[in-house]
Amino acid sequence: MMPDLGAFLAMGGYGAYVWSAYAITGLILGLLVVATLRARRSMRASLDQAEQASPRRRTR
Amino acid sequence: MAKALHRLANPARFLRIASPLLPWIAAGAAVCSGAGLWFGLVDSPPDYQQGDAARIMYVHVPAAWNALAGYAGLAIASAVALVWRHPLALVAARCIAPVGACFTVIAIATGSIWGHPMWGTWWVWDARLTSVVVLLFLYLGYIALLQAFDEQETGERAATVLALIGAVNLPVIKFSVDWWNTLHQPASILRFGGPSIDPAMLLPLMLMAGGFTLLFAYLVIIRMQTELARRRVMALRRAALAVSQPNDA
Repeated sequence: MMPDLGAFLAMGGYGAYVWSAYAITGLILGLLVVATLRARRSMRASLDQAEQASPRRRTR
Repeated sequence: MAKALHRLANPARFLRIASPLLPWIAAGAAVCSGAGLWFGLVDSPPDYQQGDAARIMYVHVPAAWNALAGYAGLAIASAVALVWRHPLALVAARCIAPVGACFTVIAIATGSIWGHPMWGTWWVWDARLTSVVVLLFLYLGYIALLQAFDEQETGERAATVLALIGAVNLPVIKFSVDWWNTLHQPASILRFGGPSIDPAMLLPLMLMAGGFTLLFAYLVIIRMQTELARRRVMALRRAALAVSQPNDA
């Protein structure tokens, strides 16, 4: 059974409210995940650099 | 006892245990949220009073629960840091704060969007809404205090004290709907006499709550990995400086 897409998007007249709530949630969580992963990547690069430069080189 | 706790909370051991868990936590978050979205948006009935607007609940309530649980975690980690002076607890608290703040913003924003069609207003300064705004400012204040001092330890001590004092706000939020007259509806899940919600709505709510909680844990662990790496970089740089300038040391 194919649900009626128009009715689904309309959400019984509350479409604008429901979808904007889900969109804001997705946007904030998405940005948070991207920022968190990026920060880890750049910090790991700094760590590699610092370990290379360190007089006591560690092998991991 | 304290010694055993110290050994368990050793940063290297933490990374060894937590890092392999990350892909499983991420997969669990994706599966729970995906199933929650399906049941929440498609395969569940509209509310008999609120119609389809009630579907905002499936993001609003899990976000609010995590905002509260996150602050509880922040306060507990701060207490552990204060009593046992273990640095890993401070790392955990520091990494929980921004994630908790984001979940609080989501709870406030989606609540406001939900309030407009149901209450006829985007916002009202009643007990529940105001105490959650206070929660957001506690998170932001904690983050600001961490960075407010030149000495990292001074900032950490000030922020830890704020985190513990702010824990008073948690029961205020939870019971605000019972203690004061408020537009916000009372609890329908965690209440005496069991949940008062239809099973068809309880299922997506619990799935989304599980998904959000796993995502929270995922983000906090990654931020802790990042913070531990940052501390190691600082230590290496200090050591390198001490070697290159032995007279200053």
